[in-house]
Amino acid sequence: MKRKSLLIFALCASLIFGLAACGGSGGSGGGSRGENGSITVFNYGDYIDRDLISQFENQYGITVNYEEYVAPEDMYTKYTSGAIDYDVIITSDYMVEKLMSEDQLLPIDTSGMEYIDNIGDRYWEFCRAFDPENSYAVPYLWGTVGIIYNTSMVDEDVNSWSILWDEDYANSIIMENSVRDAFIAPLRLQGDSINTTDEAELRAACDRLVEQYPLVYAYQVDETRDSMISGEAALGMIYSGDATVAIEGNPDLAYTIPREGSNVWIDCAVIPASATNVEGAQQFIDFLCSYDAAMANFEYIYYGTPNEAILDDLDEEVLADTTIFPTDEMLENCEVFRYLGSEADALYTDLWQIVKTSN
Amino acid sequence: MSNLFARREQSRSVERHNSPRHPWLAGPYIFWAAGFIVLPLVLVFYYGLSGPDGTFTLANLAAIAQPIFRNALGQSLLISFGTTAICLVLAYPLAYILSKNRSRSGAFIIILIVLPMWINFLLRILAVQMLIANNGIINMILGHLGLAQMRLINTRAAIFLGTAYDYFPFMVLPIYNAMCKIDHDIIEAAHDLGANALTTFRRIIVPLSLPGVISGIIMVFIPSISEFAIADILGGSRILLFGNVIEQEFNMSNDWHTGSGLSLILMVFIIISMIVMHRVDKDGEGQIIW
Amino acid sequence: MVEKRSVIEKVYIGVIFVLLYVPLGVLAVWSFNNSISRSVWGGFTLHWYADLFRNAEIMSALATTAKLTVSAALIATLLGTLACIGMAAMGKKLQLVLTTTTNIPMLNADIVTGIALMLLFMRFMRLGFSSMLIAHVTLAVPYVILNVMPKLKTTNHAVYEAALDLGATPFYAFIHITLPEIFPGILSGFLMAFTLSLDDFVITYFTKGPGINTISTMIYQQMRRGINPQMYALSTLLFVIILIILLAVNRVSARQDDPRR
Repeated sequence: MKRKSLLIFALCASLIFGLAACGGSGGSGGGSRGENGSITVFNYGDYIDRDLISQFENQYGITVNYEEYVAPEDMYTKYTSGAIDYDVIITSDYMVEKLMSEDQLLPIDTSGMEYIDNIGDRYWEFCRAFDPENSYAVPYLWGTVGIIYNTSMVDEDVNSWSILWDEDYANSIIMENSVRDAFIAPLRLQGDSINTTDEAELRAACDRLVEQYPLVYAYQVDETRDSMISGEAALGMIYSGDATVAIEGNPDLAYTIPREGSNVWIDCAVIPASATNVEGAQQFIDFLCSYDAAMANFEYIYYGTPNEAILDDLDEEVLADTTIFPTDEMLENCEVFRYLGSEADALYTDLWQIVKTSN
Repeated sequence: MSNLFARREQSRSVERHNSPRHPWLAGPYIFWAAGFIVLPLVLVFYYGLSGPDGTFTLANLAAIAQPIFRNALGQSLLISFGTTAICLVLAYPLAYILSKNRSRSGAFIIILIVLPMWINFLLRILAVQMLIANNGIINMILGHLGLAQMRLINTRAAIFLGTAYDYFPFMVLPIYNAMCKIDHDIIEAAHDLGANALTTFRRIIVPLSLPGVISGIIMVFIPSISEFAIADILGGSRILLFGNVIEQEFNMSNDWHTGSGLSLILMVFIIISMIVMHRVDKDGEGQIIW
Repeated sequence: MVEKRSVIEKVYIGVIFVLLYVPLGVLAVWSFNNSISRSVWGGFTLHWYADLFRNAEIMSALATTAKLTVSAALIATLLGTLACIGMAAMGKKLQLVLTTTTNIPMLNADIVTGIALMLLFMRFMRLGFSSMLIAHVTLAVPYVILNVMPKLKTTNHAVYEAALDLGATPFYAFIHITLPEIFPGILSGFLMAFTLSLDDFVITYFTKGPGINTISTMIYQQMRRGINPQMYALSTLLFVIILIILLAVNRVSARQDDPRR
């Protein structure tokens, strides 16, 4: 009896899914999507307004395979494994530098791009730190790394990384689950550069992270936003745009860049050597620079935009929000990540593993 | 006796034709099995036993001695043994109670117990997460009662809870099936011969349900020792299990060699448990669950 | 004494049920919560359900799952049934080798099977829908064989041979004699393949292509991104569908069983 009923059940389930299959494929069949081939885009988690993808597909007739990653290191691994031919990768400054140093990027031909002039000069300047000719990377968004805290759970002023080691907040501290980001806090507390390759400095930083381990609620990246909104934790390391979204969701939250300094970063769109549809990739990057795309993205994820065309149309209030647009003074102590070479990379990875298994 | 034996031998040697005699029909599957079962495993062995330069080495297996991997393996063993024990302790009495009552309602209750299994396991984990989060339901209730909050999420206890919750049905079903197979006459005979309930349970029910117990143990133990998704979600990346470090070797460190070496070590544990299962469970109770 | 024991037994069953179903119940209740927070009840709402059906990501994952599961189960059934017929006609040794090989994916840890296939795909082909399909078929064929083989071994060979003696071609005899006899095995093999493929997360996780998600991998990604109440709605919906089907099946089979009693 039991077996029979399970069989009948499975039969029903297969029918339901069969119907769903028909419905699903019927829905995506219409329109002119895909007539100009397809591109595969690799981006951070929740780092684009999803509607833009279907807009692009409809406008350009190119199908987009959209895939997300958590940390730049994950992206690098997936990319180098060669199992998937990515056409556009959106990633951070130091990772762009790393890919460039390995000849993994194709130059981007910006001459034919319609919207490329929307990107402000100061951001091209920013990128010249790692892309001297501005030939490989097109700025996408920029921001900082700082501390988000819940004012209903944290009474004191938050202005130092040291609060992430405060035992009063045991089990209420969220750390970045991305190796370079996680090391910002201890390195800046020690007064060291976030680009140090000095083993003694790094080991000292690692010891601090190990010491912090028992206090940590979780190591996470994209989830931090929701954890903070729902009040799961009191403090967390976070990216500025996620912080803005979180603050919008929960007015008790606040963001600060600690006085010891932090990381200011810029994420860029690049075309990797694996690209099979370079033309489509260029069109996608151009599309991202358009006024509409930049505006939609800004309203969705609230990161600093290099797109100066939309700045004029933003509210005074938004422009004055130092979480999104930090003042020069706030950025004074902030450094840009540099690629440190494969030896230092390996050391970082080893130390990070020590931290994560220090229970 | 010898006659009987001879007849059995004879019947075995008779050519049985109950379908077309075309061995080549298995051809497509032989290719499939060679290409997608054997070859991938050969690759795991190849990478696991070679260094980046392609020469033979045992270094990838020896990597297990590194504190990170040793620690993760220890965590995994702890979690999988613990989970198996929790499930067994809870499932055995349940299966016994339900099997005594072999009515429609008993069968229906079993279906209800297996029912959560039909829901995607990640959604079940989500349900657990919801209960044990810092501001989850349990802490909310504790708060209302004026009791101290409990730290559950992102601890080892959370992973225990999640795996046990997920795999519990895998333990109940084989034990229940084994118990249902026990002939009532045997139990009655035991009663008639003067055995009390406890003796009957100890001398008849326990030994006869053992194959089911072993299947249940294997079916909980193997998935929980190689688990990584539950630890990811309920462990907040604070606790790395063996499955997590293997996954990271492939997806983060991009080290196929060490990752394959660790996979080989995981397979050793699985093979050991298979041998144990094969010794005890010849009826294949474990095949009942799918 | 007896009553006391049966009370204890009922309580025990009850406790287990509470443990099993409370988490799911909580999910269901919270799927109607008009607040993203887990500790605050923001009033009753259905908008997570509405969002669910508008969510292109979820809908496309549903479609992928359906396509993948149905085609994997069909291919696995065909491949497995043919393999059984072929194996039945083989020498004992070869049969043993093949059976042992077939057991590997069933017994091995999913993570190892997934990684092994991933290594293969990364070396020799690309990841995409086809790699997922191959992986799912590989996972499912052994279960088809497991179901069909015993049926094939217990079929009555005399009838088949009689048909041949009466002039039937082997193909005709197979279709009309053997196939009906092994059909229950094929059907349960198909359903098992279907269920396995539907429920799989680990192997899909390692072999999936860019931008393609099944329900499982989509949920995993969503969970890593943070708690989304749409997920509560999804799980509640799936649970209710399953429950209804099961209750209906139980009703029907109860009615079928009754006359016999």
